[in-house]
Amino acid sequence: MDALLQFLLSGVTVGAVYALVALGFTIIYNASDVVNFAQGEFVMLGGMITVFTYQAGLPLPLAAVLAIAITSLVGVALNKLALEPARGAPVVSLIIITIGASIFIRGAAQLIFDKQLHRFPSFSGDQPIHILGATLVPQSLWVIGGAVLVFIGLWLFFTKTLTGKAVLATANNRLAAQLVGINTGWIMTLSFALSAAIGALAGVLVTPITLVGYDVGVGLALKGFAAAMLGGMGNPKGALVGGIALGLLEALTAGYLSSQYKDAVAFIVILAVLFVMPQGLFGKSTTERV
Amino acid sequence: MKLFMTTAVSALTVLGGTAAMADIKLGASVSASGPAAFLGDPEAKTIEMMVDQINEEGGINGEKIDLVLYDDGGDPNKARTFATRLVEDDEVVAIIGGSTTGTTMSILSVAEDAEVPFISLAGAIQIIDPVHKWVFKTPHTDRMACEKIFSDMQKKGITKIGMISGTDGFGASMQAQCKDVAPKYAIEILSDETYGPQDADMTPQLTKIRNTQGVQAILNPGFGQGPAIVTRNKAQLGIDLPLYESHGVASDGFIELAGAAAAEGVRLPGTALLVASILPESDPQKPVVTAYKAAYEAKYGETVSTFGGYAHDAVDLMSHAMKTGGNDPAAIRDALEATQGYVGTTGIYSFSPEDHLGLDLSAFKMLEIHDGGWTLID
Amino acid sequence: MKLSSKWVQLAALAVLVAVLPLFFPSGYYYRVGALIFVNGLAVTGLVILIGYAGQISLGHAGFAGIGGYACALAPEHLGLPPSLSILLGAAISALLAVLIGKPILRLRGYYLAVATLGFGILVSMVLTNERALTGGPDGMAVQGLALRKILRGWGWRLSSGEFWYVMSALAMLLGVWIALNLFQSATGRAMRALHGSEVAARTVGIDVARLKLQAFVISAVYASVSGSLLALQNKFVTPDIAGFMHSIELVTMAVLGGVGSVVGAVTGGAILTLLPQVLTVFAEYEQLVLGLVMILVMIFLPRGLLPSIAAKMKGRGE
Repeated sequence: MDALLQFLLSGVTVGAVYALVALGFTIIYNASDVVNFAQGEFVMLGGMITVFTYQAGLPLPLAAVLAIAITSLVGVALNKLALEPARGAPVVSLIIITIGASIFIRGAAQLIFDKQLHRFPSFSGDQPIHILGATLVPQSLWVIGGAVLVFIGLWLFFTKTLTGKAVLATANNRLAAQLVGINTGWIMTLSFALSAAIGALAGVLVTPITLVGYDVGVGLALKGFAAAMLGGMGNPKGALVGGIALGLLEALTAGYLSSQYKDAVAFIVILAVLFVMPQGLFGKSTTERV
Repeated sequence: MKLFMTTAVSALTVLGGTAAMADIKLGASVSASGPAAFLGDPEAKTIEMMVDQINEEGGINGEKIDLVLYDDGGDPNKARTFATRLVEDDEVVAIIGGSTTGTTMSILSVAEDAEVPFISLAGAIQIIDPVHKWVFKTPHTDRMACEKIFSDMQKKGITKIGMISGTDGFGASMQAQCKDVAPKYAIEILSDETYGPQDADMTPQLTKIRNTQGVQAILNPGFGQGPAIVTRNKAQLGIDLPLYESHGVASDGFIELAGAAAAEGVRLPGTALLVASILPESDPQKPVVTAYKAAYEAKYGETVSTFGGYAHDAVDLMSHAMKTGGNDPAAIRDALEATQGYVGTTGIYSFSPEDHLGLDLSAFKMLEIHDGGWTLID
Repeated sequence: MKLSSKWVQLAALAVLVAVLPLFFPSGYYYRVGALIFVNGLAVTGLVILIGYAGQISLGHAGFAGIGGYACALAPEHLGLPPSLSILLGAAISALLAVLIGKPILRLRGYYLAVATLGFGILVSMVLTNERALTGGPDGMAVQGLALRKILRGWGWRLSSGEFWYVMSALAMLLGVWIALNLFQSATGRAMRALHGSEVAARTVGIDVARLKLQAFVISAVYASVSGSLLALQNKFVTPDIAGFMHSIELVTMAVLGGVGSVVGAVTGGAILTLLPQVLTVFAEYEQLVLGLVMILVMIFLPRGLLPSIAAKMKGRGE
């Protein structure tokens, strides 16, 4: 019994990491129909910049805020310099552009920082919390709490605020959005800044658990992408549920079946879900425009 | 940046054809970037530094070593291409490199075909067993690491263990070797778990090991972030069993990442390099490791690692062989094979036609982490 | 006009392949040439899938892995000669492509991308984990092709590099010829109609699902054969061949050069194969440059290098 609980706690922790990455995908996707494969690099930047500014002597909270701010700027630059000029390109080209950006950012990071692994202290110490024979480190609560807060924030943003609705309108029909007076250029800037900030926040929260190095972005982006697709791309609820589900699947497979094939089981389930629900768990079905 | 400059300069001399004919051309292909960068990065830096040192001190019998260094990014396909380039285009007389077993095996067949001596920096036993005429290696095999760990367990009366390994090349290879050699030390592996190289949490696997009846110790073959997370997770779960790590994490960075508290009492087989300062004065390796550590840390401002040490020994062995072999690949190979009692950072090498590794178990030192530092067990 | 363009493209490639070695200063250039052709073959397959039929795959390296490991395993366990192992690998890849293609080709855009990605990851995971069979992440040795020895018996002494240069070139030219023929056939035209609009294609009576599957299977066979050739000439194969990065690399080559044109895509393959070789002097900056090239080409030459440049030149001529 305590084993099951431990598997669940592990799954939720890891799942919250995936969910945070997946949530970062949703805003950009909602605003521009682009799946940003450089999202993992935002997470990496969040972690790495915090590590290096913290080592330089800045207090941790300040280092984290600085990392999030700088990463947001990188996000805005990505949109302005790489995606804005390629508006209307087919999906394949957009995938190549964002993968190119991801390779570029990674290349820059290994020059600016280094190729070592890093970590900074957990926010609330490392004393494990005991729950019915299972344990959890306090940092897990930060990660889980972060994922839930970001989810609530995004949900409110998209359903309750005018700006959020403007983002959705921009994605739906850019020209129409402009006609009703939405400043679509500003909306895009905002979306990329927000996505990058969420990615960086994820990096700040997870680094004490997962460690950070210049090349951790690819793996995180892959898992986050898979989680977002499982839940249905563009829907914050889908990102949260997809992330947690992926984490739980991995932990339970590792616990009860085979740790060697836990990633395989996760992908098989994704394939199976997409087979039954081609738009993911919470995705909206769309008809092709002729 | 420094690395880039020197590579650029050497590459320019190659292009310009200004290299004096007498220069001895040494080729290298290591994984300075990519997933194996923490092996290849210190290796590349060490090779650059050593060649510069040798040339500043007058070179080999008055001739300078002309280094051509490539970064294969850990990709075996690229490694083969660079090896071909070194042999066919750059016309080097010897090759050092192959940070991973995959890249080494790709370079190996090129070196054998071209009849150029090659010193590998990777661990797997299949590199030198069976012996390939032109191929040598400096790191211990992973099998020897298993044996060192198991003999320590034997001393402590441990007979039943749980194993948790990374699924990367290093972890998987050592996992297989440990399973293979365990019966020799009367060790029974009751639980055999794995984790992916980028996994964030290993508590499910460790919980399974904890719940396996009779487990007396945990062994974690792996490198990169995995072992640090395993160590932290074990502390989190409060598992009160001895933890053995592999030589793959034998660096100060590991203690930092795992945290001194969680890493307390962890044992692993390491080389003299890690414990340079606490080695007894009588130790023959003391001057070698102290000199290398001082030079590397002064030049690059980061702590030395075991992996850089492999490259140090490879360059040193090669340059010694070049003193007798000169510019002739076959003569360098013969001189390498005749090496006896060379003291390196990894151990004391004595090659023979049957043994192209030339190290025994005594080269490994069993270390224990105590108060955030290393202590010698034997 | 169309007919001649096919032969012009093929002849231009063939002449280039035959003439280039005259300028090779050393044996190493044969190796690079052979790599370009092997990649060119896989990329040509992707032109059929992405350029003709408009479907995406982020998992085609999985098929390359199957082709590569078929050449490693079949000679050892089934006693099959390596040459037949290439065919066996292609057959397995085709069968697998049919099995997984049926369900996943119903998906569109990013959903298809994640499904194919999942497939590729599953293949590389099996190759990594089944250590007893595949040697695990460290890989396994591959037997050489007997043909080279036979040729030597006839008095043709080719170096390994030269031999594989010729073999890979022949394989690529054959692949290009088939792809160009397909382009002009009724099937090829239907595929392109499907690329334009799936709904429109369906209304004019095209069996959309069948066509997509055909393109998927053909491109899988291309990738598989390219994987086999790679493993045979490297005499060694590791799970990297089936990895996510290799899949991305192949798609990037195709799109960079121009996914609508076979010659364009092959050019893209050549550029990305050469890039790391040219950049060795700037190894530290390799990733930076690669990322930048990908972004810039997609922004300024959205149809890919060759077609965009060709269109510009044509525009100037008129």
